[in-house]
Amino acid sequence: MATRTTLEGSVGIVTPKEYTFGSAADPLELESGRTIYPVTVRYETYGTLNREKSNAVLILHAFSGDAHVAGYKTEQDRYPGWWDPMVGPGKPFDTNKYFVICSNVLGGCQGTTGPSSVNPLTGKPYGLSFPLITIGDMVKVQRYLIDHLGIQRLLTVVGGSMGGMQALEWAIAYPERVRSAIVIAATPRLTAQGIAFNAVGRNAITSDPNWNGGDYYGKAIPSRGLAIARMIGHITYLSEQSMHDKFGRRLQNREQYAFDFNDQFAVESYLEYQGDKFVERFDANSYIYISRAMDYFNLDEKYGSLEAAFRKTKAKFLIVSFTSDWLYPPKQSKEMVFALMKEGKDVSYAELDCPYGHDSFLIETERQGKLFSSFLENLYAHESF
Amino acid sequence: MHTNLSERVFQEIAQLIPSGSRVLDLGCAEGDLLELLSRTKQVKGMGVDIDEKMVLHCVARGISVFQGNLDEGLRDYQTASYDYVILSRTLQVVHKPVLILKEMVRVGKHAIVNFPNFGYLPIRLQLLLKGQMPVTPSLPFQWYDTPNIHLCTKKDFLNLCKVLGIRILQEINLWNGKRIPPFLGNAWATEVCFLLQGSSEGQSYVESIDSRSSLS
Repeated sequence: MATRTTLEGSVGIVTPKEYTFGSAADPLELESGRTIYPVTVRYETYGTLNREKSNAVLILHAFSGDAHVAGYKTEQDRYPGWWDPMVGPGKPFDTNKYFVICSNVLGGCQGTTGPSSVNPLTGKPYGLSFPLITIGDMVKVQRYLIDHLGIQRLLTVVGGSMGGMQALEWAIAYPERVRSAIVIAATPRLTAQGIAFNAVGRNAITSDPNWNGGDYYGKAIPSRGLAIARMIGHITYLSEQSMHDKFGRRLQNREQYAFDFNDQFAVESYLEYQGDKFVERFDANSYIYISRAMDYFNLDEKYGSLEAAFRKTKAKFLIVSFTSDWLYPPKQSKEMVFALMKEGKDVSYAELDCPYGHDSFLIETERQGKLFSSFLENLYAHESF
Repeated sequence: MHTNLSERVFQEIAQLIPSGSRVLDLGCAEGDLLELLSRTKQVKGMGVDIDEKMVLHCVARGISVFQGNLDEGLRDYQTASYDYVILSRTLQVVHKPVLILKEMVRVGKHAIVNFPNFGYLPIRLQLLLKGQMPVTPSLPFQWYDTPNIHLCTKKDFLNLCKVLGIRILQEINLWNGKRIPPFLGNAWATEVCFLLQGSSEGQSYVESIDSRSSLS
């Protein structure tokens, strides 16, 4: 049997790295005006940075993602990273050509400083004393990391969903440092509907008695609340069609209704499973902080208008949406495309006809892969630093 | 259609466009025309196509492209935001030719339209003598599987432009890639190409589109 390190097209076993910055004299300044230090960033890299440092690709993960994009953590690891079909030798983000970076976001719970991290000043986990953060703050932390890696300009920043929001923020906040941005299944602002779903998720968590005002570390965790939050989220990531195709009205363990509460539809069982699995790897407070950061995301408000937001950008944009995505529907992507066009920016738009809803960006990797690899190849071939 | 004939008509379009223009190519397919225009005329171009494969081709060539349906019009495009809006060999496949023409002269300071001329005499003769729907090298489809749902003659097109108040600034009549005089065009041109302009520049036609004029 092939080992993890020799699997074809795989980056193999990956060892995450950490970078810590910030001090009392020089803390991280947040959009809210508050400061925090020190900040640790957990990240992974794949491939080799070339001498000109012109082949760096920064991948930005979505809400529940982490720095582990590709490859395996251990020899025994059953599942590869969350975008493994996209990253590796010969894959769309070809690690034979590009130096690929991905870091866990600020506020996360997968190695980067967040509410579950120990506050060095108190020796206890932050909990709700962790400052509220924004997508812009997440991007700022990534900029510290990119500085640390000695990269002046990224060949591309790429992400789906909340990762797409970060890609937008990168291109807007640091125009000189981004050659291109691939923005997938994203939106220029979270809509009332999006905020509403997040609010219900947060409510599920904070209603769990174990949540205890965010102070549950070392005790029983609010697992039921977090699982329900995940279940709600998961519904928004799928489409009616994909749920129908996957589960229909099938019962999980029975052929016929018994008309008791042990009747369980397949879709119910699936959501339960997703919820329980999520609790094992995610922190409830991170859920609250990161969903809040998304609620705050609104480019019009932050920059005056969408056009004003894009005015100073220098990146070449590739914006991608999915026909069945009702959470961040194509209309919202098109709005950004037209604002970019209005500002005379270089932008391309693809609307992929795909049945998997918002999650399409994780599932439909073949067609996206072709699109991204050709976009990058052309760009890299004409690269002049 | 023959590649060399495509190239010929692309050259004709190219000579209508000054260097450095902003160009929108509706139904851009693989981006051949835009590629020619950016190479020879340094245009700042953007293509529109509905087909994912075509979008992929354009992206791979570094051509900016928008995946969209022309039948939805150009509602979100700013008035007079392009110097030239091109509709090359696409007029006959759109569902709403009136909408697209009105929108082209709104969004573009100029519009360029070229299409196969259904008035070409051999086409007329096929229908007359054989009593069958014409099939020619430039229109190679059977009636039941053709994407060409709005074929017209040069004369038909001129009449429509008159009704819509669209001015013809220049016309090019091609017989198998060779220029022929305009007066022979309706009967002998296999393909015609027009440089157009709206009746009053910058005027918004959006209202009349919304109210669904009798022509649409």
